[in-house]
Amino acid sequence: MNETIHSASMTGAASPVAAAISARALRKTFKKVVAVDSVSFDIALGSTTALLGGNGAGKTTTIGMIMGLILPTSGRVSVLGADMARERHRVLARMNFESPYVDMPHRLTVRQNLKVFAGLYGVADAAKRIAEIAQSLALEDFLDRQAGKLSAGQKTRVALAKALINEPDVLLLDEPTASLDPDTADWVRSRLEDYRRKRGATILLASHNMAEVERLCDRVIMLKAGRIVDDGAPAALIAKYGRDNLEQVFLDIARGRGAS
Amino acid sequence: MTSLSLRRIGAMVARYLYVLRSSWPRIAELIYWPAIQMFTWGFLQTYINGQASAAGLAGRFAVAAGTLIGALLLWDSLFRAQLGFSLSFLEEMWSRNMANLLMSPLRPFEFVAALMAMSLIRLAIGILPVTGLAFLFFGFNLWGLGLAVAAFFANLVLTSWAIGLFVSGLVLRNGMGAESIAWSILFFVMPFACVYYPVATLPHWLQWVAWSLPPTYVFEGLRALLVAHAFRADLMFEGLGINAFLLAFGAVAFLALLDSARRAGSLLQMGE
Repeated sequence: MNETIHSASMTGAASPVAAAISARALRKTFKKVVAVDSVSFDIALGSTTALLGGNGAGKTTTIGMIMGLILPTSGRVSVLGADMARERHRVLARMNFESPYVDMPHRLTVRQNLKVFAGLYGVADAAKRIAEIAQSLALEDFLDRQAGKLSAGQKTRVALAKALINEPDVLLLDEPTASLDPDTADWVRSRLEDYRRKRGATILLASHNMAEVERLCDRVIMLKAGRIVDDGAPAALIAKYGRDNLEQVFLDIARGRGAS
Repeated sequence: MTSLSLRRIGAMVARYLYVLRSSWPRIAELIYWPAIQMFTWGFLQTYINGQASAAGLAGRFAVAAGTLIGALLLWDSLFRAQLGFSLSFLEEMWSRNMANLLMSPLRPFEFVAALMAMSLIRLAIGILPVTGLAFLFFGFNLWGLGLAVAAFFANLVLTSWAIGLFVSGLVLRNGMGAESIAWSILFFVMPFACVYYPVATLPHWLQWVAWSLPPTYVFEGLRALLVAHAFRADLMFEGLGINAFLLAFGAVAFLALLDSARRAGSLLQMGE
C-alpha cells in the first residue's frame, strides 16, 4: 500500500523513506495567478511536518490539492500511494482534516455530529469511539449541547474530535490552534503529540505560530509565492540562518534575506 | 472502486433528520405553506361552485375547480420535492460543512441518494397532511384517483431531482450567489408547464416548450382523468422518458460542476 521512495532534500541528499504524502512538480494557477509552482516533497510516514509561509504563499492551496479538493493544473500528489486527483476515495477513510475555516452543522449536538462522521468514516463501534474520544478531548460536559452554542475553544476540540474519529493515518491540519487562548492551544498541541505517538500517524499542518511548529514538527517546508524556498528540521533551519528561533527565520525568508 | 454504502447514506439522512427534529418551526413550515395554498384555492373552488350553481352550471365548473385544487396539490408536490432536495444540500453550505463531507469517504452518488431520500421525506411531511385537509374541508380526495397518483408523483419527483441536481451543481461551482436559483427556478417553469390550464391555451409556438417539460404531461394527465375520466398512460410514459433524459443530464451536470469547482479551488471557501 505505502510506496517506498527516495526523497531528495534541498541539499540534494537522498534517503529512502516510506512516503505518506508525495507531491511531484505540483502547479496550480487560478486564471493568470500562479498559486503553487513546481512544488515537490515527500512526507515520511509517522512524521509531523509544517507548511510555513506568509499569506498567499500557497499553503492552503497545497493542502487543498493533498486533500483532493483542488485539482492541480499539472503535477501529481499522492497520499498513502493513491493519486488524489483520480483515486482519492481509496484512502479517504484513512485520512482526516481540521480547519478553522470549516464548521460542523451548528444545529446538531456534538454527539450527533460525531455519530454522523463516524457513520461516514465507517467507524465500527461508533458509540464506543465517541466515548473514548470524548474522554480524551474532555468533551463529556457538552456532548449533548448544540455545536453552534460552544465557545471557540470547545469548537476547536470538537473539530479535533471529528478529525480523529476514524483514527486517521494521515492528519491534515490548517492552523489547528488559530484563535485559541495560550492555555487551550497548549492543550490541543499536547493532544496532537499524544495522538501521533500512540498511533504513529503522519501529520501535516499549516500554521503561523512558530513556537507551535518548533514544538510539534520534525520538518518545516517554507513556501513563498507558491514555491518551496527552504526545507529542513526546525533546529537545522535556525542554525542555517544563524537565528535564535523559527520566527526570525520566517521573517528572514519573508523579507528576502538569505541564510547566513 | 468502493460500492455504494448504505451506512454512509444513512448517516447523511440522519444528519438531516437531526436538523429537522431540532426545530419545530421547521417541521411546521413544511406543512404551513402547502396548507395555506390549499385553503386559498379550496375556498376559491367553493366560491366558483357557488356561483356556478346559482347560474345553473354547477357540473361543468365543479369539474374545473377540481382540476384546480388537484393541480395545486401536484404543483406543490413538485415544488416541495425540489426544495427538499435543494435545501438539504444548502444546509451544508450554510453550515460551512461541505469540505468536511467532500473530504470524507462519502461519494457524490451517496450524497445525492441522501438528498433524494430527504426530498421524499420532506415531501411526505408537507403534502400528506394537506391532502387530508383537502378531503376534510373541501371533499377533494387526491388518493381517490388511484394508481394514477403514483404515476403523477413518480414523474414529478423525478423532475424535482433532476432540477435539484442541476441547481446543487451550480451552487457548488458558483457559491451562495447561485442560492436564489433553488427558490426561483420552478417558478420560471410554471407558466410553460400548464399547471392550471391546458397546453392548447398557449400560443402554438410555445406549445413545443410546454411538451418538452415533464410536469406538463402530469397536469395534462390530471385534467384528462378529472374531466374525461381517462388515465392517459401514454402521457405518463412520455413524461418518464423526458425525465430519464433530464435526470441523466442533471447527474452529468452535477459531476461536471463538482469537477469544475475542484479545478477552480472553490470547495474550500464554501459558505464563506
